[in-house]
Amino acid sequence: MTDETAVLSPSAVGPERPAAEGGGRGRPGQVWRSRRYRWDLRWSPYAFVAPFFLFFAAFGLFPLLYTGWAALHQVELTNPDGMTWVGLRNFTRLWDDAFFWNALRNTVTIGLLSTVPQLAIALGLAHLLNYRLRGSAFFRVAVLTPYATSVAAATLVFVLLFGRDHGMVNWALSAVGFEAVDWQNGTFASQLAVSTIVIWRWTGYNALIYLAAMQAVPGELYESAALDGASRFQQFLHVTVPSLRPTIFFTCVVSTIGATQLFGEPLLFNGGAGATGGSDHQFQTLGLYLYEQGWVNLHLGRASAIAWAMFLILLVIAGAARLLRGRKDSR
Amino acid sequence: MRVRSRSRARSRRALVTTVAAVATAALLLAGCAQDPDEGPGRGAPSTGTSGGARTTLTVGVFGAFGLQEAGLYDAYMAQNPGIRIEQTSIERNENYYPQLLTHLGTGSGLADIQAVEVNNIAEITATQADKLVDLAKAPGVDKAAYLPWKWAQGTAPAAKGGATVGLGTDIGPQGICYRKDLFEAAGLPTDRTAVGALWAGDWNKYLETGRTYKAKAGEGKAFVDSASGVMAAVTGSSAQRFYDDQGKVVYKTNPAVRGAFDLAASFATGGLSAKLQQFTPAWDQGFSNGSFATVSCPAWMLGYIQDKAGPAGKDKWDVAQAPKPSNWGGSFLVVPKAGKHAEEAAKLAAWLTAPEQQAKLFEKRGSFPSASAAYKLPTVSGAQHAYFGGAPIGEIFAKAAEGVPVTVVGPKDLVIAQNLADIGMLQVDQKGRSAQEGWEAAVKAIDNALDQ
Repeated sequence: MTDETAVLSPSAVGPERPAAEGGGRGRPGQVWRSRRYRWDLRWSPYAFVAPFFLFFAAFGLFPLLYTGWAALHQVELTNPDGMTWVGLRNFTRLWDDAFFWNALRNTVTIGLLSTVPQLAIALGLAHLLNYRLRGSAFFRVAVLTPYATSVAAATLVFVLLFGRDHGMVNWALSAVGFEAVDWQNGTFASQLAVSTIVIWRWTGYNALIYLAAMQAVPGELYESAALDGASRFQQFLHVTVPSLRPTIFFTCVVSTIGATQLFGEPLLFNGGAGATGGSDHQFQTLGLYLYEQGWVNLHLGRASAIAWAMFLILLVIAGAARLLRGRKDSR
Repeated sequence: MRVRSRSRARSRRALVTTVAAVATAALLLAGCAQDPDEGPGRGAPSTGTSGGARTTLTVGVFGAFGLQEAGLYDAYMAQNPGIRIEQTSIERNENYYPQLLTHLGTGSGLADIQAVEVNNIAEITATQADKLVDLAKAPGVDKAAYLPWKWAQGTAPAAKGGATVGLGTDIGPQGICYRKDLFEAAGLPTDRTAVGALWAGDWNKYLETGRTYKAKAGEGKAFVDSASGVMAAVTGSSAQRFYDDQGKVVYKTNPAVRGAFDLAASFATGGLSAKLQQFTPAWDQGFSNGSFATVSCPAWMLGYIQDKAGPAGKDKWDVAQAPKPSNWGGSFLVVPKAGKHAEEAAKLAAWLTAPEQQAKLFEKRGSFPSASAAYKLPTVSGAQHAYFGGAPIGEIFAKAAEGVPVTVVGPKDLVIAQNLADIGMLQVDQKGRSAQEGWEAAVKAIDNALDQ
């Protein structure tokens, strides 16, 4: 706002205003035109951004609020119009819901198991890609291909790889003398397997984001570091990583959101049982539990409450991150 | 009829297929638009050869339902030049059914005819009857032609108007499919009558046979594919399963359910199960690798076995009578009132489920008719399955079908059956838990699912 007026005053409003103030000597057309001009300047930007907000209101805000409204009701998919007010019951019962806590725990573990290695590998990959190397365009496209693959196709392949009886991973493990692992049924094993799919799909995507940020790091920093005798690895640690801090923060946020909403991979990883996430719910994430409540058990109200709980959890994480960052900056 | 009738997640392949199916459907629609026979403009009524306006009826099904594959649509279109039939299919009933409910709720996006799985039919008749056409009054529908219990399942409770909103297509009478070569190697009889006699009348004898088999067959050879397959077969042979006549949930206290669970668990704990989960790729591989000797097979599963075991399995597989008559699966057709051509659709639904057409569906796809009038037709009574050593499947399954008790179905049958199998029995079978632990886990999951 302040910038805008600063720009406006000398050229547009400035010269006109004395004329208008001087006892109405300006012609009415001119006044009208200048007024229209001012309105144009003031309101046109809103008109330009309006489509986004209209769409957001229709497809973002309304569903969000409606889900919140539904979360306060008992409502079944067999009769979506028949809502019975139950207040906060759908939320309070989540406290005692062992399946919800199990799903939350799984979401956190799988989130950590996938996000941490994913970002670390992406950072390393980006560093390698940042070198002057032959065919760099090829490699940059290559790291992005997993991201372009559909979840369904990728998971299909991974399920075969992680098969209990005829899977390639177990074949390789037994070749080097390890016991075969039941990837579907083990709690940690299944979560690790699901994380692998996530890591495979998203590492390249993050690597490209890091690469873009790396290329904006001024070359002089590296030159002076090199003059000071820093090795390549030391340069990476002391020049690249600090310069990338905002980018790393950004990818952390995006990955956290992605991890919280993890759905396709665990759903498809389960060969036959749909949304249960394994016979012991061992890899049922919050997203899967929401789906199971809403679309298998047909309880839309409870599913809505889970959706809102997920939203609130994300808000809490965001708040915590902000606090952490704020403290760091002030130090 | 639907190989996937068990309403469980045949998941990743299924999702891929769904995506592929949607893509194909889009391509087909695009193709239709350019079809010269359609005349100009696809929305406009065609003024083509038949002269009158053409009505397009859509049929929404799940899995490989078979109506199209058996050529029934083509036959109907040939008889009724004014009608064109299009089918949309969603691979998994778990994806199909919630969508059907959503569409019924909003009254839009519905096909003129929709298929409903038997595990969902009670919920449909109890909650959606007012949105569906009463098919008892449709032209050509003859109540007497159907198995009485199948007819009753498609009829809404009297309190909800008592309309018959679902016409039965197939049912799933069961036999036991077995591998002759493996039986022979274990010193068991191979003739289907003698095999059937091994366990006739008692599921416990089936377990005993399994123990005999294991003792002789040695390590690495399982008797059954999965414990949950046995459980589904055993529960399918009792009249009362998860609900009582008053519509109360009684699975927890019903000895038939607990008995079936414990019996099936004995297969797992006794090392008789190959520990596979049905309708997963590993299960499919099991058919071709011969990792198990028997599987409870409803009529609709024969084609599936033939597909998965492939040419190499020909003359190795055979089918015998199950210990007790039992039913697993089956479907219905409903006609939503919101459809544009409800009247024409009702006529088509009646025709598709008439005994002659059900017989044809059995002949082509192995889906067993729910219209008992069809059993007398030579295509059913004389049917033999070449792949299964020329087994007289018409005779075997008709005998099973007529012995199946009138099953009480309830609105949440699907959820209960699914959790018993995918949580409870799977924990016993694949995680090595005890029957008691598996049962408790299933009960906990079901309680959570049923609680609104």
